[in-house]
Amino acid sequence: MSSDVAIEVDALSKSYRLAHAQPHTGLRDLLADRLRHPFQRGPLDRFQALDGVSFDVARGEVLGVIGPNGAGKSTLLKVLARITEPDSGTAMLRGRLGSLLEVGTGFHPELTGRENVFLNGAILGMTRREIARSFDEIVDFADVHRFLDTPVKRYSSGMYVRLAFAVAAHLQAEILVVDEVLAVGDVSFQQKCLAKMSDIAGEEGRTILFISHNMAAIQSLCHRAVVLGGGRVVFDGDVDEAVGAYLAIGRGTEQVHPPGVWDHSGHDNPFDPSGALVRRIAVETSGGPTDVVRTGSDVTIRLEVRGLRKGPAADQIAVQVTSDLDVPVFNVNTSMLAPTESRGRADEETAVVKIARLPLTPGQYWLTVAVVEAHGGEPRDVLVRGARFTVIADDVYGSGYELTRRDGAVFVDAAWEYHPSEETET
Amino acid sequence: MPDRPLAPSSSQVVTRIGGQRGPWAALQLREMWSYRDLFLTFGLRDVKLRYRQTALGVSWVLLQPLIAAAIFAFVFGRVADLPSDGHPYFVFAFAGLMGWNAFNTTLTRTSTSLLANSQLVSKVYFPRLILPASTLMATAIDFLITSCVMAGMLAVTSTPLTLHLLLLPIWLALLLMIATGMGLVLGGTSVRFRDVAILTPVAAQMLLYISPVAYPVSSVPARYRDLYELNPLTGLLEGFRWSLLGNGHLTPLAVTTAVLGPLVALGLGVVYFRRIERGFADVI
Repeated sequence: MSSDVAIEVDALSKSYRLAHAQPHTGLRDLLADRLRHPFQRGPLDRFQALDGVSFDVARGEVLGVIGPNGAGKSTLLKVLARITEPDSGTAMLRGRLGSLLEVGTGFHPELTGRENVFLNGAILGMTRREIARSFDEIVDFADVHRFLDTPVKRYSSGMYVRLAFAVAAHLQAEILVVDEVLAVGDVSFQQKCLAKMSDIAGEEGRTILFISHNMAAIQSLCHRAVVLGGGRVVFDGDVDEAVGAYLAIGRGTEQVHPPGVWDHSGHDNPFDPSGALVRRIAVETSGGPTDVVRTGSDVTIRLEVRGLRKGPAADQIAVQVTSDLDVPVFNVNTSMLAPTESRGRADEETAVVKIARLPLTPGQYWLTVAVVEAHGGEPRDVLVRGARFTVIADDVYGSGYELTRRDGAVFVDAAWEYHPSEETET
Repeated sequence: MPDRPLAPSSSQVVTRIGGQRGPWAALQLREMWSYRDLFLTFGLRDVKLRYRQTALGVSWVLLQPLIAAAIFAFVFGRVADLPSDGHPYFVFAFAGLMGWNAFNTTLTRTSTSLLANSQLVSKVYFPRLILPASTLMATAIDFLITSCVMAGMLAVTSTPLTLHLLLLPIWLALLLMIATGMGLVLGGTSVRFRDVAILTPVAAQMLLYISPVAYPVSSVPARYRDLYELNPLTGLLEGFRWSLLGNGHLTPLAVTTAVLGPLVALGLGVVYFRRIERGFADVI
C-alpha cells in the first residue's frame, strides 16, 4: 500500500436499529418484551446508514462529501472519527486524526476562556504542550484577549463560537474531519471560518474530509467530492461533476416543499384580512424548479398571486434578491418593467420574471416578494425572505475560471482588448 | 516508499477501524497512556468546577464529612447508643466515614461520568475509560483534605499512632479499586439502561448499612459474622479503622475478601467496560 494514501475506506457498512430507540429505553420494557417473545430479538426494523462505502483519499487532498439528508454523511464521519463502530468493513487512517463534528464540544460554561481552550484542545486530541504553543495564536484569532479569565457563560454567543472555532482551527492533525462547522455564527464569521479552512486546506500534507450542504463552500475548498445517496457512493470524482450528480439525485424526501417551490398560501398577511396574496414562489431553470442554480444560467421566478387589482390603479409586484448578508443585490418590479403579457384569470394568476444570465457569484440568496398598491401606495402583502436559493460556480466566461464570492458579489459580461498606445506608436 | 520530507509522516500513527480484534487488544492500554493529558485535563476540570461559585469554596470538603459524622454521632452514638470499640463515637464514625466516602464518591462519580458527559461521548473520540478514571483525581484530593481533619482529631483525642497506619494506603487503594470496578459496570450499563443510574444510589445506601461504618464489626452477632465478612467492604472499612485507631476486628476471611473483591471487581469492570464502550455513542 502506498504511503500516499491517507484514508482508505473499504466496504464500510453500518445500520441502526430503529425500533430499539423507542420501546427499549428501560430495562423493564426489555425484560417484559423478552418474556412475551422469548425467541425474537425485538422488531428488526433496521436503517442502513452506510451500505458498502469505499473510497481512498490521497495525502494532502481535500475531499468533499455531499448528499441529501439521511444519505449517511454524518455516520461516515462518526465511523472515521471512531465515535461509533462500523458493522462491517474497514478503514485505515495514516496520520493523526482530528474531528470537528461540532464547534465547542466540551466547552464548560463555568470555566474561563483560558481554561476552556486547554479543555477543548485536550478533548480534540492536542497535548498540553501543543495547546500552550498555539495559545497566543488561538486567542488572536478569536479576539477575546480581555475576556480570557471570564467564565465563558458570560460570553456573547459570538465570542463563544469564535473561541471554539479558533481552538479547532489550530488542531495539529494530519487528517481533519469537518462536519458543517461553518454553519455556526453570523455570516461574516462564517466567511472568516471559510477563509481559515481554505488556509488549512492549502497547508502541505493536510488531508481534509469536508461535509457540507453549502455547495459554494464545497466547490471553493475541495479538489474532489464523493456523493452519498442512501448509504452508498453514488459518485466519486471532480467536484463540479459531483455537485451536478448531487443535484440530479434530487433532495431528500423529508423537505416540506419540492426543491425550488415554496408554498406560502397560509402565511400571515398583516396588510390584508383575507390572508395571503402571494401564494407560491417557484425558482426554475431550464431543468424545472430547483433551489440550486448555476451562476450565469437563465432563471425564471414564478409567483402565484391572488386578488390583484386591475385597471389603471393596478397593483405592483416587486421581487428583490438579497444576499445572505442581507444586502439588497437587485430589485425588479412591475412598475419599472411593465409586464408584457396580459394578466390571466380574474382572481388567481401567475406572474413570471425572467432573468437572463443570473449575474450572481456563488453563495446563498434570498427572495423577497411584495404586492404594493399602484403609484407607490400601501403594501398589500410582503413576504420577506420567502425563498432561499444557492448559486453554485460555473465557467461563465468559457475560460475555465470559476468565479467565487471573493471575486465580487456579481459578475458582468465584459470584454478585454489590447490597443497599441498612441505615444509609443509614432 | 517515496520520501516526502514536508509531510509529517515518518513516525505516523496508523489507525485501523473495524475488523476483528483479539480479546486483549480491546484493552488498548497503550492508547490510554497516549491520552494521559486528557485524563489530567478532565481531572482538573472536575476539581476546579466542584466549588466554583460557592461561598464557602473548598471548605465544603471539610464540612461535608464533619456534618455527616456529627449526624452519625447523634443518631447512632447517642440515640441508638451503638458501641464504638472504646473510642469517642465521633472519631470512630469519622474514621469509618472517611473510608466509606472514598468508596461512595468513587462509585457515584465513575458510574455517572458517562451520562454527565454524553455530549462528548457522541461527538468526539477518546478512550471512554478516561472519563470514569479521571474522576479519581478529585476523589483523591478530597481524601487528602479529610485526612488532615482526621489527623487533627487523632491529635486532639491523643489517640496513639501505630504501625498499622502504614497499611492505610493499601486499604485506600483497594477501596478505590472495588468502587471503580463497580462504577464501570454500573456506569457502562446505565448508558443503555438508565434504570441502573437510578438504582445505584439506592444500592449504595443499602451497602452502607451492611458495612461497618456506623458500628464496629465486633457488634455483629457471631453467627452472622462469616456471612457479614463475605462483603469485601467489611474488611476494607474495618481495616481503615484498624490502621487509624489502632484496633479493629480483622479475620483472615475478612482480609481475603477485602483483597480478592477489589481485584476481581476492577478486572471484570475494565474488561466489561471496554467491550461495550464501542456502542456507547449509538445509544447514549
